[in-house]
Amino acid sequence: MSGPTASAPPTEGGARVETPFRRFVADFRESRVAVGALGVFALIFAAAMLCSLISPQNPYDLRQLDIMDGKLPPGSVSGDGLVFWLGSDSQGRDMVSAILYGLRTSFLVAVTSGVLAAFVGTSVGLFAAYYGGRFDTVLMRMVDIKLAFPAILIALVLLAVLGQGVGKIVFALVIIQYAYYARTVRASALVERRKEYVEAAHCLALPKSRILFRHILPNCLPPLIVVGTIQIANSIALEATLSFLGVGLPITEPSLGLLIANGFEYILSGVYWISFFPGLALLVTIVSINLVGDHLRDVLNPRLQK
Amino acid sequence: MTVFIIRRLMQSALVLIIMSLLVFFGVFAIGDPVEIFVAADADQAERERAIKALGLDRPIWAQYGYFVVNALAGDLGRSFVFNIPSIELILQRMPATLELASCAVMLSVVIGIPLGMFAGYRPESRISKTIMATSIAGFSLPTFWVGLMLILVFAVELGWLPSTGRGQLGEFLGIRSSLFTLDGLAHLALPALNLALFNISLVIRLTRAGMRENMPMDYVKFARAKGLSQKRVVFVHVMKNIMIPVVTVIGLEIGQVIAFAVVTETIFAWPGMGKLIIDSINNLDRPVIVAYLLITVIMFIVINLVVDILYSVLDPRVRLADAGKS
Amino acid sequence: MTAATLSVENLETHFFTKAGVLKAVNDVSFEVRQGKILGLVGESGSGKSVTGFSIMGLVDPPGRIVGGRVRFKGQDIVGMPEDQIRKLRGNRIAMIFQDPMMTLNPVLKVETQMIEAVQAHDSVDRKTAWTRARDALGQVGIPSPEERLAAYPHQFSGGMRQRVAIAIALLNKPDLIVADEPTTALDVTIQGQILYEVQKLARETRTALIWITHDLSVVASLADEICVMYAGRIVERGSVDEVLDRPAHPYTAGLIGSVPSRNEKGKPLVQIPGVMPSMLNLPSGCAFRLRCSHADATCCDEPKPRGHLRQVRCCHPLAEIA
Repeated sequence: MSGPTASAPPTEGGARVETPFRRFVADFRESRVAVGALGVFALIFAAAMLCSLISPQNPYDLRQLDIMDGKLPPGSVSGDGLVFWLGSDSQGRDMVSAILYGLRTSFLVAVTSGVLAAFVGTSVGLFAAYYGGRFDTVLMRMVDIKLAFPAILIALVLLAVLGQGVGKIVFALVIIQYAYYARTVRASALVERRKEYVEAAHCLALPKSRILFRHILPNCLPPLIVVGTIQIANSIALEATLSFLGVGLPITEPSLGLLIANGFEYILSGVYWISFFPGLALLVTIVSINLVGDHLRDVLNPRLQK
Repeated sequence: MTVFIIRRLMQSALVLIIMSLLVFFGVFAIGDPVEIFVAADADQAERERAIKALGLDRPIWAQYGYFVVNALAGDLGRSFVFNIPSIELILQRMPATLELASCAVMLSVVIGIPLGMFAGYRPESRISKTIMATSIAGFSLPTFWVGLMLILVFAVELGWLPSTGRGQLGEFLGIRSSLFTLDGLAHLALPALNLALFNISLVIRLTRAGMRENMPMDYVKFARAKGLSQKRVVFVHVMKNIMIPVVTVIGLEIGQVIAFAVVTETIFAWPGMGKLIIDSINNLDRPVIVAYLLITVIMFIVINLVVDILYSVLDPRVRLADAGKS
Repeated sequence: MTAATLSVENLETHFFTKAGVLKAVNDVSFEVRQGKILGLVGESGSGKSVTGFSIMGLVDPPGRIVGGRVRFKGQDIVGMPEDQIRKLRGNRIAMIFQDPMMTLNPVLKVETQMIEAVQAHDSVDRKTAWTRARDALGQVGIPSPEERLAAYPHQFSGGMRQRVAIAIALLNKPDLIVADEPTTALDVTIQGQILYEVQKLARETRTALIWITHDLSVVASLADEICVMYAGRIVERGSVDEVLDRPAHPYTAGLIGSVPSRNEKGKPLVQIPGVMPSMLNLPSGCAFRLRCSHADATCCDEPKPRGHLRQVRCCHPLAEIA
């Protein structure tokens, strides 16, 4: 559209100063779906983090389990008078509790690996963009080769070599994710580096580290946040998949993937709830993160800004 | 064009060398190759023989030479479990995986492109909004869980389709595939759909985005101003422009599909190389793991190469930019 | 006197946006006769392109023609079923667009894009269509047209692409061509060539031509008649000589004053103060009154058009209208 619609809305020099953050919040609130998704996510996240306080039993404390309560359908009452709202698994675990504990593990793994991968990836991307030349070429070829192979394949190979364990799966997820952060940061850092404010900072003889981290990095944050959101969702799904395949978390750790894998045995006999509800919890979590991420992309994309 | 292909071939060869070095160092330098290629219950004589065959008594660069020569000769050790050469084992399982993967890709094209075009052509309609909402779900649904739910609904509750195995194979033009028998097709339906789901969503989103990007362009309006029918404008002018990114992404997704076949094959007990690798990891059948790794690396490099060449065939701008340089 | 090839009567095209109704074309009337050239002049956003698209029946949602008539050889195009308009488009009425880099489909060969334009209206075989395409390319001055037909658009320069677009417009020997700023995106020397070419072709083939532009100097050398548009309305209309020599609307006078010329070297250029108001938020009465030095209280009422063939929409016309 040309002409008249492009004009900026009149800005009132009112009492509230429009900081970038306030504007971001206001833009974000425009989408009711995204706000709802954020609410759902916050609820799930809080419930998972507080699982030891709010769940009816500790599903990984074997003393609290009774094999007699195994495979009860949703709504049944256990021998101890506990109501299994979503049923129980083969060992008599309350599904609600098991899901909450599993979600906590998922979040811990996803967030830890996300933060580490963001750190590694951002450093690689920033240095590659800033120093350029052969340094950049070598780093980015490495990233390219890594990205040519599917995440699940890399994870399988790494875990096949390293074995199971929380630390090992976090390591695998970092290896998988760092490349996305590196590429994103490099792309926006390359754009920023050529801008005049960086030139100005150079002319002021500011130290390189200050230019990199205080000047260039903050301007690369918006795409980084978008990638981060999507990567968290992806790594939750990937961790669950690997655990389901039996190469991810060890059976001693509460995990949605393992829970679903256990339920798989019974699905043919119609005991659906052991697999169904943990999957549903995963789905709602991932969808809500993706919806937030989708909208974040729209809000933070300067090209789409009205 | 030939210059372009030669250059891409050289790049691919380089990636292959790098990957073989990575695998080699992963296996020989970090791990203990004897441990990897010789079963734990082997006797001393057998170990000696393996060390000799692998050249493990030689310096490291010579070991790499042995590794490459052995790999080229198709000898990367015998599977501990099946007691046949690991490469042969994987090549046996490969057709089943390729069959599953190609059906999944076909499904994503056949379902994804029309839905995506519709959603992009009438973005405000309720059907389009439903399509897009479903595609977000398709993006977010963990593949393995969808597989279980498909089994639950279609195999357990409705009893329409079988949930495990590959079914009866038919032969047509010398190709053995479950595509050629009804029983085979019934067995293929659920796993192929399961594997395709993510890509259907991806293709829908890509096609829709392309549609929305292209429809307001001047060339579309100009084509309409020529008096062309809307059908020709959409299906020739716009479609040809959309297909360039869609084909590229689909091509690159073939690799993803083959990798994700690991999950689908495990759930549906599909006798392909994906199920084999999971079984091998669980059985510590390491020669198979190494062979699988090398073979998939080669497959990926070939796929990337073919996609790049296809891309340059589709987009005249790329093709000619290259011709200009030569 | 022959009947007009195209007569536009009280055309209203509105855009129904979220922010409100945008009256892009507001009560616009004019006509063009066979072999004549009409210049439609205005700033960007004045509604001149939308007028062009309305004539083609190519107004896309959220835009819609809400009133008036577009009579092509007596037939009203407004409200005509799509398949009937389609038969006119590219056949009897052709259009040339502003940016030649964007109008041709980048992934189809020039011959494909030309042959389909012939075959959309004439059931001729490929060979005949190809011959016509080759002749049309030759006609607009493209050297070795046989070879160029097999090329892709990006192998042509901007000026050459615009020639291809013109050749496509000429393919079916239309009665009317709507040219929407076809030279704006081109270099000045190319601009001159294209102007000359189009003028020659229009005169030779006795095609009626509507030339949409923001550049008054282009129209001065080309057109027989001028319509000046401002904020969706035609504010002044008349023959080139009358309008340019004796502008009646202060806006037209301002436009003429803004054109740099040799005779007035050293003197400051006259400029029109301010910018065109948002189409969503037009002042009441005369839309130009906030930028006009002649404006007074009477301008707050809608000015009625004065005159017939020579027409102006102003409360204080600068020249006498017969």
